[in-house]
Amino acid sequence: MAEYNITVNGKNLTVDADPSTPLLWVIRDHLKLVGTKYGCGISQCGACTVHLNGNAVRSCQIPISSVTDNKVTTIEGLSENGDHPVQKAWLEHDVPQCGYCQAGQIMTASAFLKSNPNPSDKEIETAMNGNICRCGTYTRIKAAVKTASKSQIV
Amino acid sequence: MIIGFSWLGCGRDTEEAQELAMQMPDEWFELNGYLKIGDNGIVTIYSPNPEIGQNVKTSMPMLVAEELDVDWNNVIVEQAPLNTAIFTRQLAGGSQSIRQGWESLRMAGATARQMLLTAAAAQWEVPVSELSVEKGVISHSGSDRTMGYGEIAKAAVEVEVPEEVELKENSDFKIIGTSRKNVDAKQIVTGQPLYGLDIQRDGMLIAMIVQPPAFGMEFKNMDAEKAKGMPGIKDVFTIDTYPEDMEKEWSDTGAFSKLVVVVGDSTWQVMQAKKALKVEWDLNPEMVKQVEILEKSPALADSGGLENSDIHNNLMAEVGSKKSEMVRKDGDPEAAFKNAARVLERSYSCPYLAHNCMEPMNFFANVTGGKAELIGPIQTPEFAEKSIQKRLGIDLENIDIQMTRMGGGFGRRLYGHFVIEAAVISQKMGAPIKLVYTREDDMTNGVYRPAYYVTYRAALDGNNNLTAFHVNAGGMSESPLFANRFPAGTIDNYLAESWMVESNISIGAFRAPRSNFIAGAEQSFLDELAEEMGKDPIEFRLDLLKRAKNDPVGENNDYDAARFAGVLELVREKSGWNNGNSSQSRGVSAYYCHNSYVAQVLDLTVKNNEPIIDKVVCAVDCGIVVNPDAAINMVEGGTIDGIGHALYSQLTFEEGKTKQSNFDSYRLIRHSEAPKQIDVHFIDNGIDPTGLGEPPYPPVIGALANALYKATGKRIYKQPFISELQGEFKT
Repeated sequence: MAEYNITVNGKNLTVDADPSTPLLWVIRDHLKLVGTKYGCGISQCGACTVHLNGNAVRSCQIPISSVTDNKVTTIEGLSENGDHPVQKAWLEHDVPQCGYCQAGQIMTASAFLKSNPNPSDKEIETAMNGNICRCGTYTRIKAAVKTASKSQIV
Repeated sequence: MIIGFSWLGCGRDTEEAQELAMQMPDEWFELNGYLKIGDNGIVTIYSPNPEIGQNVKTSMPMLVAEELDVDWNNVIVEQAPLNTAIFTRQLAGGSQSIRQGWESLRMAGATARQMLLTAAAAQWEVPVSELSVEKGVISHSGSDRTMGYGEIAKAAVEVEVPEEVELKENSDFKIIGTSRKNVDAKQIVTGQPLYGLDIQRDGMLIAMIVQPPAFGMEFKNMDAEKAKGMPGIKDVFTIDTYPEDMEKEWSDTGAFSKLVVVVGDSTWQVMQAKKALKVEWDLNPEMVKQVEILEKSPALADSGGLENSDIHNNLMAEVGSKKSEMVRKDGDPEAAFKNAARVLERSYSCPYLAHNCMEPMNFFANVTGGKAELIGPIQTPEFAEKSIQKRLGIDLENIDIQMTRMGGGFGRRLYGHFVIEAAVISQKMGAPIKLVYTREDDMTNGVYRPAYYVTYRAALDGNNNLTAFHVNAGGMSESPLFANRFPAGTIDNYLAESWMVESNISIGAFRAPRSNFIAGAEQSFLDELAEEMGKDPIEFRLDLLKRAKNDPVGENNDYDAARFAGVLELVREKSGWNNGNSSQSRGVSAYYCHNSYVAQVLDLTVKNNEPIIDKVVCAVDCGIVVNPDAAINMVEGGTIDGIGHALYSQLTFEEGKTKQSNFDSYRLIRHSEAPKQIDVHFIDNGIDPTGLGEPPYPPVIGALANALYKATGKRIYKQPFISELQGEFKT
């Protein structure tokens, strides 16, 4: 066990964990932020996606020891009141079925739109391909990403 | 007592309404078990059934709110706990929640409305008949007096519960038939705790299982010394989930009863300790014995009961299908086949599938002091409660089961062995625990969709008339046959046969059980048969349905031919089937299951040897559509789910082990592979609602197979289709 100082959703926090502990489990078990989901543990499903300095990463693959001073943003910190354009677009299209994967989908989509504010359908598919939705809400996710891209303030 | 699974003001239509809903009343008045009304007019409606993504947590309360006549923006929805005294059939399965709740939920709303009106009439000293309600405000026709439900709720509680109430005519519906957003949507997109895995509790420990590495094996012994000494680890032991003398419920199906358990402070610590365990496993003599009935497979006997997929496929084609038993016979099919000018015979098969709910199996249990508190994702809470009673010897009144929103169900969470496991572990630890399966535990410890195999035969006479039809269906270890479904009833000489082969591999219901295979096979065969007869595939099906409607063969045909034809006609129109354009290849399919009818037309093209699904047009008859946009979402999802599994997914076995254990080896459909467009059309017939969670899944597999044939010239008989197709497309 060792102490780590990390910045999550703008807060400086100290956690005591084994150096190998993935960021995912630090977020969920230590910080009790459970919006970031466990789906596969091997970066295949995207449910655990968070932002590291604004880039979408799989938190199941990042040991706490390597987070250092990189800024972590989880779904809980994406916006103050759940009103990020991507979240609003998700609500507008009533995307979720079971909803379990959607935090990861939203984190991938929001980072993607920052780097590509006006994506083509093909670019959306490619960007979102690492996030599995077992319920099959893919057509709505795509529509919501397009809606968010049009809001221009991502 | 429990963590916040209820949430206020979520999914409202406007921010303003959300604010309003956040204004909590000082006092609540419970009019019946389904609802309570606050002194400020806010209404809480309890959603009785488990929510697995089928959106009943929104649509069931809509039925109550409709008859209660309240403003949906003033409704707060809470998940009800298991309560068999108030609710019936608190179960997510068979696409039955809305169908079976249709009357009771509306009655709950109408009864409460009647009580509120009775109380208001008494207060104003006017007849009830002079009162009307709009959005929770009662008005008197003889004066300008009005009163909100909140003002009279306290008095209404004292009113005798009416024995009879009148329900609305369909034409008076104000909420039913209008799109209302998912009541949990805001929490979902902001990452609030909703799911079983999200449960946190002071003093809660994390428990994980270690299971036999293969079906047909069992625990022998272990060396847990190292694991026990690792940081954060509290204990390592074995449990017997289902002792031999326990009388099991049907839902007590699981792969392995005896499990090794590791308990510790945090998930990662327990995961590391699992890896450090040294467990010895042995062949399970009972399971081997079970398999020995497959005497015709020496290869299986050699493997000591550890099965593999090649043997399964061989067993189904060569052994199982030759020991079938007749289930239905009309006319004289033997003679018709003997006298046939031509016989078309085709066999279809599919592999096992894992459910792969995105949220792996888990459950919270706090079994201390003679009481059991259980919280988590379970489709069958009532059965779980009975099993807990039997397994732990705790009275039902001391068992409290709360349902969380589930990260997928698909049938997997009908089988609550993980609830029992969690309870047994908590009891042993004397502490609250959360049992967590890893993805690998979840995928390799399944209650799988069976592997199936079916052979169809059709006899044609010299004039190209269909004279006989034969279906012979079976599987490992369940038959997918529905002997009385279409095309039964449409052909004079008809034979349906069924068989099964025993196996060690645990199987159970998977979204649209049995239909999820047999529909695609049957609809592919009918497509090939239509082609053989030189008929348009939709016209061919409609001709058969005409016969079923006007002069049905046999008496037990369990579908409505007119409604079946209705979805085919609608999909023909909406897809422009007869307009005959297209650079795309299209296939059609239609099926009846879970009391509903779905027809689909699928268009695809092939690029770089990969199918690109351009469009699926769906026509659905599920009676009254309660929440249209959510219903469309369900049809879109079912369509994608059916396509994905038929095209890409399989669970195969080698020496009793699944060859796939996570999403690197188990392929699920992804964004780029989903249809580019899905159009959904409903039949508007005012019939009481029927199922929707499952019916869109089965038929699309036939439409996909038939479109792939158009694109490639090759008929596909085996799932997953991609394995058959790769490298064989015309590009």
